[in-house]
Amino acid sequence: MHSNSAAAVGTSNAFHVEKGNYYYGSVLAVRDVFLEIPEKKITAFIGPSGCGKSTVLRCFNRLNDLIPSARVEGKITYRGVDIYDKSVDATELRRRIGMVFQKPNPFPKSIYENVAYGARINGYKGDMDVLVERALRGSALWDEVKDKLKDSGLSISGGQQQRLCIARAIAIEPEVLLMDEPCSALDPISTLRVEELMQELKKHYTIIIVTHNMQQASRVSDMTAFYNAQATDKGGKMGYLVEYAPTQTIFNNPSQVATQDYVSGRFG
Amino acid sequence: MTDSYLPPEHSSANLWQPNRVASKRSQAIVKFIFGSFAVLSIFTTLGIVATLIVETIKFFSQVSLVQFLFDNQWTPLFSEPHYGIFVLISATFLTSLIALLVAVPLGLLAAVCLSEYAPRNVRAWLKPALEILAGVPTVVFGFFALLIVTPILKTFIPGLQTFNGLSAGLILGIALLPTIASLSEDAIFAVPQDLRQGSYALGATKRETVTDVVLPAALSGIVAAIILGVARAVGETMIVTLAAGQNPTLTLDPRVPIQTMTSFIVQVAGGDVPVGTLKYDTLFAVGMTLFVITLLLNILSFWFVRKFQEKYE
Ligand SMILES: Nc1ncnc2c1ncn2[C@@H]1O[C@H](COP(=O)(O)OP(=O)(O)O)[C@@H](O)[C@H]1O
Ligand SMILES: [Mg+2]
Repeated sequence: MHSNSAAAVGTSNAFHVEKGNYYYGSVLAVRDVFLEIPEKKITAFIGPSGCGKSTVLRCFNRLNDLIPSARVEGKITYRGVDIYDKSVDATELRRRIGMVFQKPNPFPKSIYENVAYGARINGYKGDMDVLVERALRGSALWDEVKDKLKDSGLSISGGQQQRLCIARAIAIEPEVLLMDEPCSALDPISTLRVEELMQELKKHYTIIIVTHNMQQASRVSDMTAFYNAQATDKGGKMGYLVEYAPTQTIFNNPSQVATQDYVSGRFG
Repeated sequence: MTDSYLPPEHSSANLWQPNRVASKRSQAIVKFIFGSFAVLSIFTTLGIVATLIVETIKFFSQVSLVQFLFDNQWTPLFSEPHYGIFVLISATFLTSLIALLVAVPLGLLAAVCLSEYAPRNVRAWLKPALEILAGVPTVVFGFFALLIVTPILKTFIPGLQTFNGLSAGLILGIALLPTIASLSEDAIFAVPQDLRQGSYALGATKRETVTDVVLPAALSGIVAAIILGVARAVGETMIVTLAAGQNPTLTLDPRVPIQTMTSFIVQVAGGDVPVGTLKYDTLFAVGMTLFVITLLLNILSFWFVRKFQEKYE
């Protein structure tokens, strides 16, 4: 059921997850994940909270390496390369795979420096002003902040901060954007702006978005993965991938009853 | 289970009889007790400040402010007294400066190490250990400076005298280190994890994340820690008295004996000074100077934290 997803939307695959088991310490938090994430498409992860969407997402750029207890079994490849292989440098990987977080987290620096930071640390030698402007235009923020680039990144509204974080991520010209509930802290208008932006961004980037909002998933995504959690005998929860298919299929004609129940709002 | 919940009009009213009078009375008593303790501590502070002010005024009725600020000698115990406070301030400044040159870099390094590099379990016991170090009596540091550090320094620093600002300053720095390290560590540790992740997600290394994101975010707390360190250095007494000497000299030479404001107070208060004499009032004038300097430092630190604290929530 998972094998032909990339073919279904007509591109090659960026990521390939084969029997991913995600642990925190000895606890298996998410089991048996098989995914193929198509290039230059938007893939949405949906499901009730605690089912492991963030966990799966944060392994694509190995951000979960920062959690000492986190561990992955199985194989995760990006463009054919096993990203957990010893020869892969996580820092280099993260440079190519950008991320936007649930809560806007601009650095305590000026708007300009927030965008320039990634370029600086990655040794960008070109014209920084041009790069900053391009990134801010790319995140549809330029017109709102062009006169106050020296102001603190924390001085603008939440919606603007989130677009600043998107600008910061795209400034280093990544190939993929991982977005973990990027709109959950935003008002509806800011949310709409970010969604429009995603449509624009997908021309250049592979996007994976975690969202709580099913309308959002159905509006913006090409592929949708539905996760669920089951109770374990130890009283905990274990997440698993229920169904992964083109968004159309997930919302109109899912093969699993649980998916049908979830997308029609019967639980979750 | 009993019957389903009854709305208020059905529950029997006589089962609910809160003793409002009694609870109001106990409330008032508690308020009075705590209130009087609060007032007591405020009055103690006010009393101290008032005494300082009264005695300082008496002092300045006999010694002009100009002499106090511009004389280059400090000899209040001599038959021909001079009252140049900057002689004492220069000593306090010198020992504090040396102390900070030691304590700030080492303290910050220790804080960064503990917060960002040490494994969680190491931090869990190293941090309290550091805080215990802050409790070592300074008199121990003082004779350590005099009996061990100075002789060692003498072997390679020509002209170093038995009492000197250098040895006192170095050890004063070691004494301040736990405070500065511990408070800066709190500030660094409190930087939201989100911010670190945002940096790593851009392909930053740990070093880049620490110096470019975490430290700037913790800046206001770190500066507050340093200012508190300065205030402690200025007010520290035993180390400088034991190791720097009792010799009021207007100098910034770290090799010679000097006398800080605090060691002057120790010297005079330790002898027998008749109440009401000018010598006695001199104590208060120096005490007032110390008080004003530390107060200014505290205000500066308060202002700095308020002004530069980033609001994350
Ligand atoms: N840092 C962590 N340490 C231990 N367990 C974690 C950690 N982060 C998440 N988990 C657990 O992993 C499971 C999946 O969490 P998460 O991936 O955040 O779910 P979602 O994003 O779908 O809400 C949850 O049961 C959660 O308790
Ligand atoms: Mg999540």
